[in-house]
Amino acid sequence: MTATAGTRTRTPSAGVATTRSGHLRSRRRRNRVTTIVRFVIALVVCVVMAFPFYWMVVVSLSPKDDLFSTVFKLWPSRLTFDNFTALFATYDISTWFGNSLVITAFVTVLGVVVNLLAGYAFAKLRFLGRGAIFFAALATLVLPVQVTMVAQFRLVSDLGFYGTYWAVILPSAATATGVFLARQFILGIPDELLEAAKLDGAGSFRLFRSIVLPLCRPLIAVLVVLIAMATWNDFAWPLIALKQDFLFTLPIGLLFLQGQTTPDFTQIMALSLIAILPMIALFLATQRYFVQGIARSGIR
Amino acid sequence: MTGVTAGSAGAVAAATRRPPAPRGSSRRRARLRETLTGYAFVGPNLVLLGLFLLYPLVLAAVLSFSRYTGFGSPEWIGIGNYADLLSDAVFWRALINTTVFTVATLTLSLGLGLGLAVLLNKALPGRAVFRTIVYAPMVVSGVASGLIGVLMFDENTGVVDKALIAAGLPPIPWQSNGGAAMVAVILMTVWGRTGFNMVIYLAGLQGISEELYEAAELEGASAWQRFRSITVPLLGPSTFFLLIMNVIYSFQVFDLVFVLTGGGPGNATTMLTTYAYANAFTTRAQGYAAAIGMVLLVLMLGFAAVQWRLNRGRDVTG
Repeated sequence: MTATAGTRTRTPSAGVATTRSGHLRSRRRRNRVTTIVRFVIALVVCVVMAFPFYWMVVVSLSPKDDLFSTVFKLWPSRLTFDNFTALFATYDISTWFGNSLVITAFVTVLGVVVNLLAGYAFAKLRFLGRGAIFFAALATLVLPVQVTMVAQFRLVSDLGFYGTYWAVILPSAATATGVFLARQFILGIPDELLEAAKLDGAGSFRLFRSIVLPLCRPLIAVLVVLIAMATWNDFAWPLIALKQDFLFTLPIGLLFLQGQTTPDFTQIMALSLIAILPMIALFLATQRYFVQGIARSGIR
Repeated sequence: MTGVTAGSAGAVAAATRRPPAPRGSSRRRARLRETLTGYAFVGPNLVLLGLFLLYPLVLAAVLSFSRYTGFGSPEWIGIGNYADLLSDAVFWRALINTTVFTVATLTLSLGLGLGLAVLLNKALPGRAVFRTIVYAPMVVSGVASGLIGVLMFDENTGVVDKALIAAGLPPIPWQSNGGAAMVAVILMTVWGRTGFNMVIYLAGLQGISEELYEAAELEGASAWQRFRSITVPLLGPSTFFLLIMNVIYSFQVFDLVFVLTGGGPGNATTMLTTYAYANAFTTRAQGYAAAIGMVLLVLMLGFAAVQWRLNRGRDVTG
């Protein structure tokens, strides 16, 4: 998708080109001016968009006094890692990081499996109530957690999940976007492929495992990236379900730091950086799948 | 893995064979089997959705007609909570705030997303880097962007006010002025949302033929005219999709507001979601919180239904 846009070339017919060669030359000059203008606008916008990231890094590497000084300065007065050392000395950061990692890993695996299975059924199997169930699954997109949080909290407590990872893992696994993407992708697998294997006596489960699944690798990549990011960054429900500090994920830990009587924003930015870096790395490594996944969710 | 690949290759070879026509009771039996298999595949998803979304939703609906502190058992009070909502100034404030926030973020991030998509669609030096920078805020959590927002907009330590003072301009009271606080929330949201809108618009632009632009250019149409009469109308479906998604996201805003302003000053940035949360877990009026949640849900379902109808009508006429 990224490649096609740039390589598209203009192909005016030859006759037009020769009779209007002077015209073309002025157009080429105008194009160069346009390109420069476009570049400058893009540069300005991107500097503004990148600034919050830059500022997070600067503050996390600055001495505390910089924050309270009234002087406007765009870089640290002195580079220091004190904020990181103090952060790790005061709080159990590795536990929070580990919690985020464990919960994200479980939700991602469970979410991919569950959504893939459902996507296959919605796309390729005919069964009573298929349309209605799919519609209901999609409709959960408009259901904010604030609507169900009280009841969900009671449920999780009743089931005995409160105070464990499961309180967050299980409610997060099935998602509207995940089902939608999986169905959309599997719809694109030609029916003939499945019919043929059916003739060879394969049941639905073998069809899924030996034909659908191997073709779903790009889909799985998209789902992994999108689910992992959403889970790693999730806040509203973990805020309610994870009250004990040994269960905190990084976003809840960040809130905990902000809630201290004198919140230290140099440490908060250090922890923000720690929380964001893995996602930036994942994003840069899988940008193609990430962008594809989002773009595909928009094609109806 | 190799065995699996070989199997699917065999399946491709056999794909030309025609399936026999199924008949009579065997067909009925086959259909029953497919239904059972269908439910087996959807089952895990259904159980999770049913248990953790549908069941709590029903419970919340019941709770919204009750008085409940979170301890003991709920007491049925009929439409009491909903009647209270009508005369609750904070609730109306939250509704207005949510609407203002939604309209502002929608307009700004859609406009920016479209502009950047057009800007970065055709070849441009450094285009890949520019795109990556616009996408990057998407991966930042609401909590982290709220905290970064505090550092940008704090009226004592924030970099924006320091820059304003250094430039000889008056600082903006981001925390003590309600309007300014709302602007800060909107700006941080637009920062995180624009990349998403740009992705969808870029995908939409791939579907517009270059020949249309060439023809219009030969007819002497200016760049703005081409944008107005080719790009904007042909991106209609993308805009429609983004309209729905942005309204859904904005109406559900929580993390960023919770961290950046906490709803303040006063209730200047209180949203329906943060007001519901405060009622449920701070003042422990959980039945009342459930009622706010139901209003939120009904508003969103109503919006989705209207959009659905409009879209269908457009498909028929267009």
